[in-house]
Amino acid sequence: MPHKTFFAFILPSLIAMVLFIALPIVSVVVQSFYVEHSRVLVEVENCQPFGGCTKEVRVDSAATAALKKEQPLGQFNGFGTYLNRGHLAVAEIGQIISTSKGFGDAVARIYNLPFYKALAFTLVFCFVVTPLAMALGFAIALGVNALPKIVKGPTIFFSLLPMIITPLVGSLILFWMINPQGIIGATIQHIFNDPTLSLRASPALTWASLLFYGVWTNAPFSFVVFYAGLQTVPGDTLESAMIDGASRWERIRYVIIPHLAPLATFVALVQLMDNFRVFEPIVGFSAEANATSLSWLIYNDLSGDTQLFGSAGATSVLTIAGVIVLLMPVLVRTWREFNRKVI
Amino acid sequence: MKMMLKTTVSLSVLLLTASAAFADCGIAKGSVRILSNDFEALRVIETATQDCVAAGVTVTANATAEHKNLQVPALTINPAEYTVAMVANNSIVPLLNDDLIRPLDDLVAKYGQDLQPNQLIKIDGKIMAIAFMGNSQHLFYRKDILEKAGIAKAPTSYEDVLAAAKAIKDAGIMDYPLAASDKPGWDLAAEFVNTYLGTGGDFFAPGSAELAIDNANGQKTLEIMKAMTAYMNPDYLTFDANELNKVWDAGQVAMMNQWGSLAGAAVDPATVPADIVSNTVFAAAPTIAGGTTPAAALWWDGFTIAKNISDEDAEASFQAMMHGISPATIAANPNAATWLVKGYTPGPAAVGVIATANGGARAYPMQPYMGLLHTALSTELAEFIAGKEDATQALADVKAAYDTAAKEGGFL
Repeated sequence: MPHKTFFAFILPSLIAMVLFIALPIVSVVVQSFYVEHSRVLVEVENCQPFGGCTKEVRVDSAATAALKKEQPLGQFNGFGTYLNRGHLAVAEIGQIISTSKGFGDAVARIYNLPFYKALAFTLVFCFVVTPLAMALGFAIALGVNALPKIVKGPTIFFSLLPMIITPLVGSLILFWMINPQGIIGATIQHIFNDPTLSLRASPALTWASLLFYGVWTNAPFSFVVFYAGLQTVPGDTLESAMIDGASRWERIRYVIIPHLAPLATFVALVQLMDNFRVFEPIVGFSAEANATSLSWLIYNDLSGDTQLFGSAGATSVLTIAGVIVLLMPVLVRTWREFNRKVI
Repeated sequence: MKMMLKTTVSLSVLLLTASAAFADCGIAKGSVRILSNDFEALRVIETATQDCVAAGVTVTANATAEHKNLQVPALTINPAEYTVAMVANNSIVPLLNDDLIRPLDDLVAKYGQDLQPNQLIKIDGKIMAIAFMGNSQHLFYRKDILEKAGIAKAPTSYEDVLAAAKAIKDAGIMDYPLAASDKPGWDLAAEFVNTYLGTGGDFFAPGSAELAIDNANGQKTLEIMKAMTAYMNPDYLTFDANELNKVWDAGQVAMMNQWGSLAGAAVDPATVPADIVSNTVFAAAPTIAGGTTPAAALWWDGFTIAKNISDEDAEASFQAMMHGISPATIAANPNAATWLVKGYTPGPAAVGVIATANGGARAYPMQPYMGLLHTALSTELAEFIAGKEDATQALADVKAAYDTAAKEGGFL
């Protein structure tokens, strides 16, 4: 397709993308460079039902409103928010490296910083869940493809269930099941004969449950795409492989997998992006003590009595940067293939 | 069952207030739009305000747990989406910070004849909110279990609670006699605030946003919180206040600090086994480290009137709310809350909150930067309470996180 036709085709969605994706991102980037004005504080008398009247600090709302009116975005802070302790923590890391008592100590202290703690879980989730979910989805697709026609429909429906269930509800269901009184929690305690064993108490087991949930909920997407791909595998190639005496495994390894490789790139791309934004299972599993993610940090900034838009904006921009870094290898490859085709 | 109960309660409210329904709220004209949190006591009030519906007078209510996220944007626009915002010690602060609510002195003079002086929340001499109920976390204990473990004296301090927990565990009666809402997030931070208030310490240096919890009081608070976890279910990190009532009703816990507003539900004969109901005792929150004030924050719930609305709507809203919290409405619903309204006689579920208040417990701080501290506590104490960090490191982390947020928020 000539570039011009391609452009004409893509124009409507391009406009929508600029309006609903690009512009909001620009606004988030701008917001991340600002922090709140310094509030004008005054001490006033404050009376309430308990303890009577006391002198307490209040925000002088009129004076603060005047400041706000002058500069509605707040105070310009440049990259200050990005570098502070809540985000990249540059000063803290410098200090940790210069005073640490060895590699292990440095890692432990860096892990104590909120951003790096969240990043660690986010990356582990991405790189464990994506390949496992793809492998599981592929296995299900192969299995379903070999089924007799009559049971195919219901099997596909049940295989898709994890994707149909709302993520928050799905994670709550699993969370209740691993409760020590729930079916999985009680069974595990029985197997290991340890009444204090709890999947929700230990950090390692919490991570394991979250990763398990991630694979469970992400597998159906890979399954659907791979199952569709399997329908396009050329029958004569498979037949000739059979005539040549290839076993089922050899047919999968040398015919089906190479045929589905481009699809796998696509699935990996989408899944990596999705998993980098992991959020619902952390809330559903009440796992905040042991696992946080970048999206959870954003949520946390915006859900207190005082909302920190600059901080949330900076974390969002860092998340976008993270997604771009993650996808870089795949994007570079797609770009090269695209260029090759055009030439 | 719960649903049925709710229906019964609201039906009885309707019936009881039916006679008043024709009693005029005295509103000439106007629109009343209420935003509130979602719990029993507030629903009682909202149901009562429906009596004021008449020709030219509309009353709508939105009771939602998301009220805190809605209130600032909804009251910022002009005219405001809601005319009444029901608030508590902490949630009034964002409204004050942005100047979104109006002084009520005129309206109180005109329509506030039923109000008691301690219901008026005055800031800088101006009445900004009307409180109608109090709340706090306080001690729930099972007298049968304590008796079985040979504890004669009811626990009044955290030291007593820990000693009793040890006795119960050693006697083999319960493995996990204690419970607390230690779930990282709002609950865990509230637990710290409660305990710290009991030490008599202040959170901030006087007159500034400088944090002042990194001291002996902070250490003592964390030490007690940690000591308690030794007697808790290993899943204590996932327990919030609602979960506490479930383990209480299941008879798995002997002592816990729980919200007064959930006391009624914890001994509701319709849902809880009779032996647990009859053996549950409510008492003041425990004291800490030889102190005399109960270690719990006192909360009030009240209402405010939006600034960006017409005076007519403001007047109508105030009148409707005065009807909603009238002594008649409260007298018909004595068990829904610990009311601050005239003529209220406390029911059995209110004794804990009243004992805590009478013991001189302090109110949850209303400083504009308290919310930032609460958020910092809610994330940074998680590792400490999970046992992965010592108290000194935890307090240093809280300070670092708070300082970062307070700088971004323009307070430091």
